[in-house]
Amino acid sequence: MPILEVKDFRKRFGNVEVLKGIDFTLEKGEVLVIIGSSGSGKTTLLRCLNFLETPDTGTMKVGGETLFDAAEMKKLTDKEIRMRRLHFGLVFQSFNLFPQYTVLKNVTLASELLEGERLRAEKASHEEKTRTMDAIKEHAMELLATVGLTDKAESYPCQLSGGQCQRVAIARALALSPDILCFDEPTSALDPELTGEVLRVIRELKSTDRTMIVVTHEMAFAKGVADKVIYMADGVIEEMGTPEEVFDHPKSEKTKAFLGAGKEFQI
Amino acid sequence: MFWSVTLSLLEGFGSTLKLFGLTLLFALPLGLLICFGSMSKLEIRFRFRGGYCAFRPISALMKTFVWIIRGTPLMLQLIVMYYGPGLIFNLPLLPRFSAVLLAFVINYACYFSEIYRGGIESISKGQYEACQVLGMTKTQTFVHVVLLQVIKRIVPPMSNEIITLVKDTSLARIISVYEVIWHAQAYIKSAGLIWPLFYTGVYYLIFNGLLTILFGWLEKKMDYFKN
Repeated sequence: MPILEVKDFRKRFGNVEVLKGIDFTLEKGEVLVIIGSSGSGKTTLLRCLNFLETPDTGTMKVGGETLFDAAEMKKLTDKEIRMRRLHFGLVFQSFNLFPQYTVLKNVTLASELLEGERLRAEKASHEEKTRTMDAIKEHAMELLATVGLTDKAESYPCQLSGGQCQRVAIARALALSPDILCFDEPTSALDPELTGEVLRVIRELKSTDRTMIVVTHEMAFAKGVADKVIYMADGVIEEMGTPEEVFDHPKSEKTKAFLGAGKEFQI
Repeated sequence: MFWSVTLSLLEGFGSTLKLFGLTLLFALPLGLLICFGSMSKLEIRFRFRGGYCAFRPISALMKTFVWIIRGTPLMLQLIVMYYGPGLIFNLPLLPRFSAVLLAFVINYACYFSEIYRGGIESISKGQYEACQVLGMTKTQTFVHVVLLQVIKRIVPPMSNEIITLVKDTSLARIISVYEVIWHAQAYIKSAGLIWPLFYTGVYYLIFNGLLTILFGWLEKKMDYFKN
């Protein structure tokens, strides 16, 4: 059974239809890379998966459970939406770290608030609270080790390079153990020499069997890391398949033109 | 003579400080309420000439109120607050100090609300979205993520406004609240001395100097992060 099933996502902003019916599935542990030119709807699709935008029609299932149904969206309370979006993690193009907190606190904050709520509701003892908070810190330190930033735990975001900031953002997105981790052009705001460290972290996460969706313009990286590639154009999935199918033997003329356009500049 | 003037002015300045302190105490939270009101997205939609028209009643009400208060002189507001209730509704006059305090609180709350609004709206959408995808509630987002960033951004404009408030308290003189300027002017009438009036400047200078140091310290305190 696929971990993610998206059916007929449509989204319009005013008179512009940004998504014109998106259907795809993703298996557990697979990495899906979405490519396409600006304005093709790939970021909107990612934002829909993370409940930052509400599709006008369509359904989404995660692990067999219906998380989203456009027809029923209005009935959901804020709390239900909050709990549902935790199935997804999102890493932003512009990091969006919390500037006033240390790297460690950036990673722990959401878990602390979430667990704090639960413990208060259960009227947990003081010791249990301390134990839970310690466990959260420990987990956060493990995540920082994964992204190679153990020594920066007590630094503030303004003291880090862009690449380090994005790695903190990845650790933060992993803190709540989402089923599916999404990346929205994670290297687009970085200087070229800093993209490597972020891409390396994503590649390492792939080897730990995480399900990921990556929107990117880094074609070489996309080809290397993807199990499945979607090429989007004008709000539809123009081509979908394995990296070999899409990159080496594209069927659609639009895909050929898109992939070819980049090659002209290669030396 | 110099010593007795100093003491008398100090007494007057005590009343200035009382007005200043109480105004801050009430205007700071009231300003936040007005700010939330003017940012309220509560909407009434109605049909108009075939299309839809949206109207935000709370926001419109607060914005009109802020427009009136910021658009008229504080001195006029003091006079209206003191004489208005009696002249218009035939009510008993408020005590002088209460009338002045009320007018100051309303006036400054409006200015503060605009500073707050500027601060809150300057926080990037990305901060809110990051909180959303991490499953935080709106309250958690405001308290744990947005608030301190807003405070950092509004300290410079707030310190400006608060220093202005120190000097604006002298307007209370217009309806004979016995603050420092009133005490100094009393010497013109009783002893024909003008210098005590000039001397009041020293009191304002010293107090504003202290405030400047305080705000400078506060800004430094939040220098450890950038946003």
